[in-house]
Amino acid sequence: MTAPAPTAVRMTGISKSFGGIRALDSVDFEVRAGEVHALLGGNGAGKSTILKVLNGVHVPDEGEIEVGGQRLAAHTPEAARAAGIAMNFQEMSLIPTLTVAQNVFLTREARNARGMIDDEDSVHRAETIFQMLEVEVNPRALVGDLGAGQKQLTEIAKAISQDARVLILDEPSTALAVSDVERLFVFLRKLTEKGVAIIYVSHRMDEIARIADRATILRDGKHVITAPMADLPLDVMIEHIVGKKSKGLADVARGDASRGEVLLELTSVTGPHKPEDVSLTLHRGEVVGLAGLLGSGRSALARVIAGIEPAVAGEIRIRGKKVTIRRPADAIAHGVALVPEARATQGIIPAHSVADNMAMAVIGRLSPRGFVDRKRVRDLADRMIQRLSVKTASRDHAVSTLSGGNQQKVVIGKWLATEPEILILDEPTAGIDIGSKSEIIRLVRDLAQAGKGVIVISSELSELLTACDRILVMADGRAHQMLDRADLDDPSETDPEHALQAAERRLQIEIQKALSIKEPSHV
Amino acid sequence: MSKAATAPRSDLAGGFFANWRQNIIYIGFVVIFVVFALTLNDKGFLNPNNLLNIIRQTAMIAVMAVAMTFVLSAGEIDLSVGAVAGLATVTVAMAIAVAGPVGGLLAGLATGLAVGMFNGWLTTKIGIPSFLTTLAMMGIAKGVAMWISDTAAVPILSPSYSWIFGGGSVGPIPVLMFWMALIAGVGHIALRRSGFGRRVLATGGGETAARYSGIDTASIKFRVLVLSSCAAALAGMLYAGRLQSGRFQLGEGDELSVIAAAVLGGTSLFGGKGTVIGTIVGALMIGLINNGLILMGLEFSQQLIARGGIIILAVALSQKRT
Repeated sequence: MTAPAPTAVRMTGISKSFGGIRALDSVDFEVRAGEVHALLGGNGAGKSTILKVLNGVHVPDEGEIEVGGQRLAAHTPEAARAAGIAMNFQEMSLIPTLTVAQNVFLTREARNARGMIDDEDSVHRAETIFQMLEVEVNPRALVGDLGAGQKQLTEIAKAISQDARVLILDEPSTALAVSDVERLFVFLRKLTEKGVAIIYVSHRMDEIARIADRATILRDGKHVITAPMADLPLDVMIEHIVGKKSKGLADVARGDASRGEVLLELTSVTGPHKPEDVSLTLHRGEVVGLAGLLGSGRSALARVIAGIEPAVAGEIRIRGKKVTIRRPADAIAHGVALVPEARATQGIIPAHSVADNMAMAVIGRLSPRGFVDRKRVRDLADRMIQRLSVKTASRDHAVSTLSGGNQQKVVIGKWLATEPEILILDEPTAGIDIGSKSEIIRLVRDLAQAGKGVIVISSELSELLTACDRILVMADGRAHQMLDRADLDDPSETDPEHALQAAERRLQIEIQKALSIKEPSHV
Repeated sequence: MSKAATAPRSDLAGGFFANWRQNIIYIGFVVIFVVFALTLNDKGFLNPNNLLNIIRQTAMIAVMAVAMTFVLSAGEIDLSVGAVAGLATVTVAMAIAVAGPVGGLLAGLATGLAVGMFNGWLTTKIGIPSFLTTLAMMGIAKGVAMWISDTAAVPILSPSYSWIFGGGSVGPIPVLMFWMALIAGVGHIALRRSGFGRRVLATGGGETAARYSGIDTASIKFRVLVLSSCAAALAGMLYAGRLQSGRFQLGEGDELSVIAAAVLGGTSLFGGKGTVIGTIVGALMIGLINNGLILMGLEFSQQLIARGGIIILAVALSQKRT
């Protein structure tokens, strides 16, 4: 072993409170030059707060920050940037009305001789960065027109373009295709070789295990442990994050599918953009997963069924009867509910109370004679809070005060209030800590057990494998193959954790196969 | 390459229509011009004098609309521009009476700066939305103008001032056209190419994102509001010069034409999107419509209705369908 690398960032005794809630409690955090340092913790553990403190967005109540041995004089984004700190925010630092290149170099644009902005130069430099990352993003495209994955890459390019000594990547991979994550990791290794310190935040343990050298775990605003990855096997990591021995995902009991009547039947359904020619049946009491990469048409299929982007061709039958779904209200009337992908914008009204959010989809039913029956709203909210064990100070608190996992439960509660027969969940666990993830998967199983038909979309294969009875693999808008969950199991593997991993590998192979089949028609 | 070829046709059509909608202001301008040229030719529409008149009547609106493009692009609004222009005509006229043309010029600029800084301070430091700040300022500015002028017109007896600010012409070209071209040129370059312009667009396009990117969004908002009041004061100076007097009624109701010109030109009321060239064409289009409707011999009431209808049509056509 060589001597330990110099310290790139040293944060000591950082405390920060928001309105009486202590988000960070005297936290120490140290990152060495040339390492990938994972920052882990559940929702509300203080990860984003400490990163925002480091990045100058929040001013700490107490504590000191040293970057490269120099104490930061001011706590502003400008000072942090001057000290060589760059960060990607989860789509928060992109301006939809500007182009990719303009976003990447915002406030750092090249100027020509007369002091005017040289946009062409930005385009060229952005192109160079995307080439280094070996990804395809059009620097001239408007960010508002991009998909989630491309936005993510733009965010990363923006952070990288600052030639920072400390690069903070907050959930950089959530919207990225597997192959893009691979390229990102290769690129990050090149950066660390140059002595750049990388702070990597992710909820995906598999990624952390592959890319990180050391990890720091926060819980409830406090520092729990900093250790090399070798000392942090998955169960230890999860234990530190959750704070008690928790059941991992593999332990969620998958009830035997007691398949009932056919609830939903799609025949050659085609949406306005995607999907193309998809057929699918969903039975009472079963969970069907939609697997595939971003842009495979999983979410588009959900939007077609929920009436957001009505089908242009094909037939939808619900309980054997042919139905026409032209708008969300039609879908709701037929007992279909969609828990959408973008929780903050499509799922909740953040400033409204938990009770109001849960009542939103059934407000008509709760308002006999035109006036909202507040007692029924309260009863509904209390019932859902208890059923889903939502952690909130009260039903009257704004949803924005809840953690991500609990916000998601509010969205699920809102749709359960419509008493749907068919529930579609699009990325229900994105950005949620592992404890809440298991709870939500258990909830999905319970709903199926209770006789509902559930469709789950998820990018986390282990999640699909634990939650689903059957999994439809999609690619390029088409249904590729329907897999029975049981067929993915290797009967010779008895250790449940290993069995899940083996199944995950098989599913991964199927997804990749689906892609390669589509490939020739595109070249 | 073949990826594009296999793309669904609807995508290509969508791209074309998107461009068509973006450029509706230019297409609309040409269409209206041609229609008027054909139908109103016998009434002297194409007479150079008439066309220059349109520019004379549009210049003040255009000057204010250029600054409004910045305000709207930054996600704010300024409803006080018409009243501030009226106030500036009065302060300029009164200052010229005691201190001559240079004094008038300084008084006009000071009026714009003072109002703008007050608007900006209330909006960014006190946190009152600019809609309310400038709505209140509209009344205050008009009240002050009426009070200090005793609601009477203040004559301007300086021929040089009147020539430079609005009254004069170089050969057949009115000085007002030079002012309009100057402000449009500076505004266009500032919005498209300067760091300030990019920060304005970023602030309006996504305030949180802009702040996270290290942009002082409060300072940007402050500055666009100051800019807007100064442009309004300049418009007031032009009104005063052209009419050789200061009156509180000058510029009254201009805020609506100014905002309409910017929005017609493709500037978003929600911020993040704006073009100065579009705004100028928008302002000219409003002037064109006014002129044409007058030549058609419509009553004022009919003009108002027709103008409203045309603006709604143009903006409706420019909306992106999703």
